[in-house]
Amino acid sequence: MDNKIKMRAQKVNFFYGKVQALKDINLAVHANCVTAMIGPSGCGKSTFIRLFNRMNELLPHTLLKGKVFLDDLDINSPLVDAVDIRRRVGMVFQKPNPFPKSIFENISYGLKVNGVREKDYIAGKVEESLKKAALWDEVKERLGESALRLSGGQQQRLCIARCLAVENEVILFDEPCASLDPISTAKIEELIMELKKSYSIVIVTHNMQQAARVSECTGFFLLGELVEFGKTQDIFTAPKDKRTEAYITGRFG
Amino acid sequence: MRNTQRSQKIAFFFLFLATLLIVIPVGLIVVIIIQKGWPAINWQFLTDIPRQGMRAGGIFPAIVGTFYLVLGAIIFALPIGLLAAIYLSEYAKDNILNRIIKLAIINLSGVPSVVYGLFGLALFVVFFKFGASILSGSLTLGIMILPIIITTSREALESVPQSFREVSLSLGASKWQTIRHIVLPNAIPGILTGTILGLGRAAGETAPILFTVAAFYLPQLPKSIFDQAMALPYHLYVISTQVPNVDEKIRYGTALVLLTLVLFMNLIAIIIRYNFRKKKKW
Repeated sequence: MDNKIKMRAQKVNFFYGKVQALKDINLAVHANCVTAMIGPSGCGKSTFIRLFNRMNELLPHTLLKGKVFLDDLDINSPLVDAVDIRRRVGMVFQKPNPFPKSIFENISYGLKVNGVREKDYIAGKVEESLKKAALWDEVKERLGESALRLSGGQQQRLCIARCLAVENEVILFDEPCASLDPISTAKIEELIMELKKSYSIVIVTHNMQQAARVSECTGFFLLGELVEFGKTQDIFTAPKDKRTEAYITGRFG
Repeated sequence: MRNTQRSQKIAFFFLFLATLLIVIPVGLIVVIIIQKGWPAINWQFLTDIPRQGMRAGGIFPAIVGTFYLVLGAIIFALPIGLLAAIYLSEYAKDNILNRIIKLAIINLSGVPSVVYGLFGLALFVVFFKFGASILSGSLTLGIMILPIIITTSREALESVPQSFREVSLSLGASKWQTIRHIVLPNAIPGILTGTILGLGRAAGETAPILFTVAAFYLPQLPKSIFDQAMALPYHLYVISTQVPNVDEKIRYGTALVLLTLVLFMNLIAIIIRYNFRKKKKW
């Protein structure tokens, strides 16, 4: 891990009402790397990455203790606007969720809400984002069509393109392939490998092979605890914790 | 085994009977009104003023009056209702005060319409000194349909998937941008449905306009919002109970016009909703 630290969680505890979902988590995400979070359902890994773009504060009755840093900025400081953080830290969700608008409008939405008005610039950015998301060749003839008419895999790449158009620095993937077939999954993984050249990437996944394939670092979550965190290679070949070993060899989860 | 089948049949019989008991009166009402009212419908009836003490002539002033009242009610109630609905569904925190507010709004739609009429009389006619006028009547009807508009708009807003809001916010949109560009456009069909249901209700009610606007007999069209006006439901009440020897077909003709007006509005609502639902895929 020679790259500099991009995001960092420091002694994070998180509560849904009285239920503690995350316990004392310390973790660093490095720039230009893919960091994977694995663990069984309900272990808190999705809750954890949603702290990185302040998504959890949309839910009522939640409480965060501890700090999350983007570069050296405490993102939960009262001086920081959640909107600014979300412009820098994008997110791709589990279920492909394009807006019921055209392909073009889906991509340009992030630019428009950020105050961009120049039509040429927007058109250029839409093309660039779709190219980066490896979707341009499939949709360039029908940018005006509804995004809902694309296949599931295409929709998910559209969502990635929509996220890229905002020019953020970190992209959070919350189980991006959970509802996709193997071929679409392979395309998304390829894309993630490509994107890490210019972004810092965090990916939550159920699929351990996926974590092994795409990530440099892996964290294993269990019941709200970060059991083990380190280089992906070490986690998968020489786990230090018994529970990690049990999980990756498929004894539970 | 035979027992289950028998109770199944009995249950089916009663369920079907109950449905039939609802459908038959509705069907009969429509049939009778059309049958008795149709002979009265002609061009003169729809466009002329009432003559000979409302025993002849047409009902044009009442149609116009109802149109103005409904229009006024919607101009007043739609913006306020929509803004309140947005506040309640998007901004209001889930606490006791807001739950009480929501409950109160739902209960308001159950308040008898004559109570609204009395309220309108006290507030608009007397206190604000608008007198018995289209303005007072519209405001009273507007207040009466506010709960309908707020409740249906709120439901429409809340039925927009949470994931749309999350994506929009995750792209750096503010809450208001999210509401304006993502939530509202997807809630429009539901909001329209509520609005038109409100329209229908406003067009058909007698009690709220009784004290606030309705003229017994006014053989001319209103010139400003401070004028009194005739209205279809009240006119129907007048010619049915207050004026002797009105031809039956005029009474049923008036009812038919009112019924058609309300059904027509509901039909528009259904068509709009159908068209939007066809486009919606999530």
